[in-house]
Amino acid sequence: MTAAVEGSPPLRMTRARRNALLQSEPVQGLALISPTFIYALILLVLPILVVIAHSFWTQHYLTIDRTFTLENYRVALTEPIYRDLLWRSLYISLTVSLLTVLLAYPIAYFISFHGGRHKSLWLFLITIPFWTSYLLRVMSWKVILGYNGVLNSGLMGLGIIDEPSTALLYNSSAVIITLTHAWAAFAILPIFVSLEKVDRTLVEAATDLGDGPLRSFLRVTLPLSAPGVISAALIVMIPTVGDYVTPKLVGGKDGVMIANAIQAQFGKASNWPLGAALSVTTMLIVTLMAGATVLIIRAVQRLAR
Amino acid sequence: MPEQPQIFQSDRSMIEIKNVTRSYGAFKALDDASLTIREGEFFSLLGPSGCGKTTLLRMIAGFDNPTSGSISVGGQPMEGIPANRRPTNMVFQSYAIFPHLNVEQNVAYGLKRLKLQGGEEKRRVEEALAQVSLTGLGKRLATELSGGQRQRVALARALVMRPKVLLLDEPLSALDKKLREQMQVELRRLQQAVGITFVLVTHDQYEALAMSDRIAVMFGGRIAQVASPKEIYQRPVTRQVADFLGGMNFVKAEIVEEDGASLVVDTLGFGRIKTDKPKAFVRNGGGATLGIRPERLRVLWDNATAKFEVAGKVVERHYFGEITHLIVEIPGLEKPLSVTETNDFGADDIPVGTSIRLAYDPEALVAMAD
Repeated sequence: MTAAVEGSPPLRMTRARRNALLQSEPVQGLALISPTFIYALILLVLPILVVIAHSFWTQHYLTIDRTFTLENYRVALTEPIYRDLLWRSLYISLTVSLLTVLLAYPIAYFISFHGGRHKSLWLFLITIPFWTSYLLRVMSWKVILGYNGVLNSGLMGLGIIDEPSTALLYNSSAVIITLTHAWAAFAILPIFVSLEKVDRTLVEAATDLGDGPLRSFLRVTLPLSAPGVISAALIVMIPTVGDYVTPKLVGGKDGVMIANAIQAQFGKASNWPLGAALSVTTMLIVTLMAGATVLIIRAVQRLAR
Repeated sequence: MPEQPQIFQSDRSMIEIKNVTRSYGAFKALDDASLTIREGEFFSLLGPSGCGKTTLLRMIAGFDNPTSGSISVGGQPMEGIPANRRPTNMVFQSYAIFPHLNVEQNVAYGLKRLKLQGGEEKRRVEEALAQVSLTGLGKRLATELSGGQRQRVALARALVMRPKVLLLDEPLSALDKKLREQMQVELRRLQQAVGITFVLVTHDQYEALAMSDRIAVMFGGRIAQVASPKEIYQRPVTRQVADFLGGMNFVKAEIVEEDGASLVVDTLGFGRIKTDKPKAFVRNGGGATLGIRPERLRVLWDNATAKFEVAGKVVERHYFGEITHLIVEIPGLEKPLSVTETNDFGADDIPVGTSIRLAYDPEALVAMAD
């Protein structure tokens, strides 16, 4: 009725409807996320699809035969060399994430509970190693662990060993040491954040109910910071499985990991389909391992109650 | 207010606080406080924020230590005993319910360590849940509880430990008014039933008056008065105490006669009055301050007379439903008197500007230290 008086009702309606559409929360959300989403789609999803597609094809010298085959997966899963490399990668990344979390937790705990006014300063200090390139940091471990390195000369100076040990560098332990150091900050930060969220009154309540410092930590602080521990473990574990710079520089013959083999297939060996099959296999196994880690930590948490 | 029955209360002391001071640098959060809390008593520490009441409670619990002075609980000195080995349990202001545990696990938290045999733990948890009317909610998660229920869980979790003293840090401040009043009654009833000494910290004077056997009123780290709710309200020893607990009309007076226990004073509005001398009273030259509560002044209707009365003029009227506040100017008094009158005789209809007479009982006029 009133619309007729005001004139041109259809135009008014559409404009109103368009405004309502633009102001609705889902539309605004999609608009905000779309640039990132498109970026991720082009640079993440498409390459993965290309890799998955390749893994079902066959390389014939310079050309690629696009008939579907599972041969690459058979090689990736049954050839002892790849199986060993995969096992070693998983072992290294699991050990690294376990060590990193174990070493990072006390640091995060200290900053969160005893950092006082200097919390930001402590966090800032932790980022300092990142001011130099990752390569430089790996190289410095070479200087420390090498035949004439800092550690060997130190131990010899103290008379603990007579001649330089070759057991320090060019093996999987060297890879583990280097990676544990390199990823420390990535574990400290999520654990710190989850510890910050633990209500200090809860610790007081536990104390009030008779728990000493260790008990209240195990029964309240630790379970409540479990989300941070889980993310720290995953943040370290997932990328380290696929690391190839570190094993290449400090791993020697015994420290080679699956990523080095993948790199070789895409590079020198020029067998993209096999490289792709190895990549996809690794991805699937990492996914399973990450899922298992979450489940195990949750189960431990439930048992501890 | 009716007197509460005092079933379990004895004269034996449960908490002895002797000359306790807590300093943070130059600032004294608590300044030379001494206090005795009796066994089975519902005791309140009342005061505005920053008066040191929470500091004192936390020192009894063991979360903080006195800079000097001593605290003993149940005859045992608490110095050097950590919070987890004290015979006290606390209900925190934020309730501090463990979010990763359900109601039952929360209540059983402190019992787990005791390793009770043969279903004793389960029995005690159920008993505690029944005491706070939470039977059947044992499996709920802390996140699924209302504010009032969380408060009850916190209460049950502390009571299940059977402490000598239960400490309550503003336990009702997060609840809405109606629930708060209901919980005041319940808390008092619970305390009577379990017979444990309760020490409550609150800034709400009505809460303290309604629940406590005795109250300590604190200001600026010092204890101003320790007495029963009735005495605190009717015979406040200082202006500050009087002002903090409800309204009070202050009247300047001149001292005519002073001996050990009483004062005779001259006032402009009320004439010559003899009154008890409070312990803290310090003579301020020849002057003194008297106080009378607004509800102790009654409007005299028509030709009614009283033995003691003052005449004045209504200058303001404020309606509050069941009562009306009248502001009455009295010739000679520097500040007008505030009068609270119930509305059953029509106090809400007295027009502003009316000349009225007020009756009072000289007993209701109390002398106070400034």
